[in-house]
Amino acid sequence: MVFASSTDMDMASRIPFDEMHAHGDAVREIYRVYDAWLKDGSMQQLERKRQEAEVLFRRVGITFNVYGEASGNERLIPFDVIPRLLGAAEWQMLSRGVIQRVKALNMFLHDIYHGQEIIKAGIIPAGILTNAQYRPEMYGVDVPGGVYAHIAGVDLVRTGESQFYVLEDNLRTPSGVSYMLENRKMMMRLFPELFRRYSVAPVEHYPQVLMNNLRAVAPPGVQDPVVVLLTPGAYNSAYFEHAFLAQQMGVELVEGQDLFVRNNAVYMRTTEGPRRVDVIYRRIDDDYLDPLVFKPESMLGVPGLLSVYRNGGVTLANAVGTGVADDKATYVHVPDMIRFYLGEEPILSNVPTYQLSRTEDLKYVLDHLPELVVKEVQGSGGYGMLVGPTATKQEIEEFRLRILSAPGHYIAQPTLALSTCPTLVEQGIAPRHVDLRPFVLSGKTVTLVPGALCRVALKEGSLVVNSSQGGGTKDTWVLENA
Amino acid sequence: MLSRTADHLYWMARYIERAENMARVLDVTYKMSLVPNAADSEAALWEPALQIAGNVEAFEASHVEYTAANVIHYLAMDPNNPSSIYSALRSARENARAVRAALSTETWENINTLWLEFGQFQAVDISESSLSEFCDWVKSRSHLFRGVCFGTMLRDDAFCFVRLGTFIERADNTARLLDVKYHLLLPDEEEIGGAVDYYEWSAVLRAVSAFEAYQKIFSNTIEPWRVAELLVLRDDMPRSLHACFDEITSILDQFSGQRSREPRRVAGEIHARLHFGRMEEIFQDGLHEFLEEFVTSNNQLGMEIQRSFLNAH
Repeated sequence: MVFASSTDMDMASRIPFDEMHAHGDAVREIYRVYDAWLKDGSMQQLERKRQEAEVLFRRVGITFNVYGEASGNERLIPFDVIPRLLGAAEWQMLSRGVIQRVKALNMFLHDIYHGQEIIKAGIIPAGILTNAQYRPEMYGVDVPGGVYAHIAGVDLVRTGESQFYVLEDNLRTPSGVSYMLENRKMMMRLFPELFRRYSVAPVEHYPQVLMNNLRAVAPPGVQDPVVVLLTPGAYNSAYFEHAFLAQQMGVELVEGQDLFVRNNAVYMRTTEGPRRVDVIYRRIDDDYLDPLVFKPESMLGVPGLLSVYRNGGVTLANAVGTGVADDKATYVHVPDMIRFYLGEEPILSNVPTYQLSRTEDLKYVLDHLPELVVKEVQGSGGYGMLVGPTATKQEIEEFRLRILSAPGHYIAQPTLALSTCPTLVEQGIAPRHVDLRPFVLSGKTVTLVPGALCRVALKEGSLVVNSSQGGGTKDTWVLENA
Repeated sequence: MLSRTADHLYWMARYIERAENMARVLDVTYKMSLVPNAADSEAALWEPALQIAGNVEAFEASHVEYTAANVIHYLAMDPNNPSSIYSALRSARENARAVRAALSTETWENINTLWLEFGQFQAVDISESSLSEFCDWVKSRSHLFRGVCFGTMLRDDAFCFVRLGTFIERADNTARLLDVKYHLLLPDEEEIGGAVDYYEWSAVLRAVSAFEAYQKIFSNTIEPWRVAELLVLRDDMPRSLHACFDEITSILDQFSGQRSREPRRVAGEIHARLHFGRMEEIFQDGLHEFLEEFVTSNNQLGMEIQRSFLNAH
């Protein structure tokens, strides 16, 4: 979750950076052609295109069930027809930055489950081993190619022409890539003329790259690996994405009940009898994977799966135990990981973060609570969180007590003035805050397709881009020669 | 392919076919109700439609009055009736959604669109002027479904299970329709030939799109035994029992391995009766008995398919 406010120290009294207009009325170079096209058309035309998109998305069934509601109530994530544009040079930098980061994170995961050199070197405190996301079951387990986070979604935000920050690394079961792909398909259908005016780098080969990577991390010795995608089922909110990716890769979409373990191998139940499975792209959280090891009440997983996995009989993507690397407590150490494992300076910055386990940080944060965002480590989705600028005095005081009772459970960050992007809303075109999630794929190499999921906070002034809280999506265009 | 996937595909196709057949029965029954003196009462007119669907008892438990509007609502729209068109289409779409990755994109979008369009009929009272429009819509969506499967799906096991579901369901429906109508129309094998009988038999033929075929083949008055022959033994009538089993046996031939043996044997047995049977003998032993026996063995085949492929471990 992302917040900004007018009290941001660097940006006080300035309007946020706009992807189309920077800080003023002038149109940024890469948006010139789009701006001219927009001025030629009418609002009614744009609105018609928006409605057309909605009808098409419903037909394709890019919908999600809302828990507890009847099956008829499937929702669409709002789609905005105005794209976010990124120039070739901007993308080069972001792309190198996230690849560097994911490389280091994979090396960290290998290290933390093996020699733990980074702890011995005194760069990360040994306390990380008691993090709830650290899985002792993974200690000493070798995974093919040393790849843990096969798919990583890195959340980026922007505050100025060249100020990008990494807000969060998602290394467990990051979702949203189907929106990147479907949004592009939609834009090409709605606005073919714009694709003639701009050289937009294609993203459609994402499932191919993913499939090649998944095959490349099969257990050693497997010639023609059988890959499957494991979903919690049709009522999961990301089910569309699971079905979409399985179909695009030509692999079976399985549920836990379709798999079973026998003789140190995983099989699926087919019409022709059991068939061995070599690689599982799982979209189920660690906790639900294997009732014999994790939550015993889980009906979604496969009993015995972890034992086969630890013996190398099957590959899981992502690996078990990646959560320790994307936890907020670990986040602050990622720049140091990059220096330690790669001997390079980080290309992308973290958001400045106060670790409340440190006395001086704690003092500063307690003195400045109304200006800061305080987040609970090992939590996600905004529950254990204080947003200083929008919180009441009472909420701040209550949170102060919670911090004081366990300072090590919290980090704090300044509220950032997230960039905005022109967005079609009821009143017309207006700036709305956005973030960016590129999907980094690791196999034999670490790559990403030139594109990303752009999430947009549709409510005026809101900085919350999550789809569960009224966020929408936009297509992101990486321009090849701009 | 996954057994669970095969199961969903098979039932998706069965439910679409079931909806289509229900629409056919509703449509011709409604048209029949417009013929003067077609029946003594509304109940006598509409009960057969419930019988074909196997719904008489459930209907009587839920509604007091045997009015056209009540029966139509019950068979077309009632969410509490598991074999209403509403329920069948909803089940078809849910099965499709569960395995959308195994369908071609166009097949999935077609079924999803069907479900989205269905909403427009829920908002209006379809019992009078718009019933025919509704039934035509169901039929044409079902045609589209088969067409899009045929035109876009890879000829693999997934396709076979879809086709299998279609023909097992269709055979069941044709047999029930013929059984109910034949029973009603020939209580004591009395002389026929009255106007109402003509309309009744032509309605049966129209319900299975066989009216024009009948004229083409026999170009003669509509005789019940010829109707029976057309719907049971003719292999060139796409909704006849024989035609359904030509399809079923050839689909089962495409599955290799041990698992297909028992379903193939059962299907072969049924097919032989249709392929080598003679109408005179069927009538001698009783058409009703023959059809009842057929529905039972067709069900057995369905269970055998379920056991061998769909619930496989």
